[in-house]
Amino acid sequence: MSDLRELYQQVILDHNRSPRNFRIMVDPDRTSEGNNPLCGDHLNVFVKFEGDRIADIAFLGAGCAISKASASLMTDAVKGRTLQEAESLFRKFHDVVTSDVSSQPDTDGIGKLAVFTGVREFPVRIKCATLAWHALLAALENRSQPVTTE
Amino acid sequence: MSPSAHALAERLSCPLVEHAGPFDPYRIRRDFPVLSQSIRGKPLVYLDNAATTQKPRHVLDVLEVFYEAANANVHRGVHHLSQVATDSYEGARGKVRQFLNAAHDREIVFTAGTTDSINLVAQTFGRTHVDSGDEILVSAMEHHSNIVPWQMLCEEKGATLRVIPMNDRGELLIEECERRMNERTKLVAVVHVSNVLGTRNPVSAIVELARKRGIPVLLDGAQAVPHFKVDVQALGCDFYAFSGHKLYGPTGIGVLYGRSELLDSMPPYRGGGGMIREVAFENTTYADPPARFEAGTPHIAGCIGLGAAIDYLNRIDLEAAAAYENDLFAYATDALSEISDLRIVGTAEEKVSVISFVMDGVHPHDVGTIVDQQGVAVRAGHHCAQPVMRHFNVPATTRAATAFYNTREDVDTLVRALHTASEVFL
Repeated sequence: MSDLRELYQQVILDHNRSPRNFRIMVDPDRTSEGNNPLCGDHLNVFVKFEGDRIADIAFLGAGCAISKASASLMTDAVKGRTLQEAESLFRKFHDVVTSDVSSQPDTDGIGKLAVFTGVREFPVRIKCATLAWHALLAALENRSQPVTTE
Repeated sequence: MSPSAHALAERLSCPLVEHAGPFDPYRIRRDFPVLSQSIRGKPLVYLDNAATTQKPRHVLDVLEVFYEAANANVHRGVHHLSQVATDSYEGARGKVRQFLNAAHDREIVFTAGTTDSINLVAQTFGRTHVDSGDEILVSAMEHHSNIVPWQMLCEEKGATLRVIPMNDRGELLIEECERRMNERTKLVAVVHVSNVLGTRNPVSAIVELARKRGIPVLLDGAQAVPHFKVDVQALGCDFYAFSGHKLYGPTGIGVLYGRSELLDSMPPYRGGGGMIREVAFENTTYADPPARFEAGTPHIAGCIGLGAAIDYLNRIDLEAAAAYENDLFAYATDALSEISDLRIVGTAEEKVSVISFVMDGVHPHDVGTIVDQQGVAVRAGHHCAQPVMRHFNVPATTRAATAFYNTREDVDTLVRALHTASEVFL
């Protein structure tokens, strides 16, 4: 049960139940699609810029608690940040969830996103936690092809 | 069979124990080495049998003996081992024929699995019998493997794929099936038992409707043969496909039964060695079935392993095993139904022990992860049947499918693990 509590922390359960920024954006500057067809997680990310800053971000989709909460926390984390800051946050987050279980993860500067550290114990679920982020990166880089983490 | 092959055959069947007396799942379990292990410190509860079944010791022994004592290529050599291998390989074909009660050994084609069997029919029978404007009829509850090969064919030929609808219990609407059959229908391809819903379809009735109109019928039996006796002659179907690994045999081996008149009239599937009569650069003639459809070196060990799985099944009282499984299925259905936030998807009158369900507020993948922590193996996802997910308006389901080696304790462990899932997500 302790590993499970580590994976399904209250913050994750809360964002799964009531995801933030979970809506369609009518006039986004960029959109992207994340799709893990084998497991069925699917989401769209919408981004609105002001200069090089992410003024607004939203997502819609269906998936497991990990993918949904990750997308929700991501939108909170990158809103108001510059493109460069968002990309750097993606790298840090990615490094944390894919780091070796035996190592101490470097969660400096990732704030609430540290709740996903528990995913390391469940290797098949890492793809759920990173799907929204890869979709965001595609949007920032203006790539139109749907992305997948499978 | 040569005397040495006889000796090998005897050696191959020696580890089989007689299962006399009433059906005893606890004794059966001892025949399956994988079941005795622990996962994360908990005894394994294997309920992913619709994905693949575990292998009895007998199958593992036969594979080892084959590679140790009889390995050679088939249908080629004049040497001793090649004859032993050929006899064992063709012996396995005979066992499959008996198992399905087909009329002739030559009606049994070895393939890589159900998917391969269906693609074989699409690429041979389909390409020669289906033209622009024709129709192929499938059902609303097909696995992707009985949809996509036909879509590919329809796209190539300008034909149309039509679908027999189902109701919300997951039962095919037979009157709608009849309405969709016409003079343009060139094949009916229907799943015998749904891998998601567990529905046992009224395939005899479908065959009868099709036969009246002279339409051939292919049945996808991947989920049927592990659960009950199938007699292709009694069913009257033209093609029957199944996989070895869902029948306690090895992966990578499957079967296509085809009525000999049809197989005889079909062109080859893949070109290569073993499927020819005579090759010249100007012209090549093809071997008779089944060799015509078995190009290249076949999965010899897999075929022999499948034969061993059938031997194993023949040694246990299959009727008693099926009765036991039905009882376990009823027990599991009742137990799962008592979980307040759980809904079973697929509630057909005629069902086998494949139970799909969804839980309020808990995605199937989270259910899968949580019950895995208790050592319980279930499947979570769309089960390669996305149209079924769409029909029931769910993104995915969790699926528990039992075999005759599962017990009521396994079901109880699953139910406890599902309560944990509810608690975590409370």
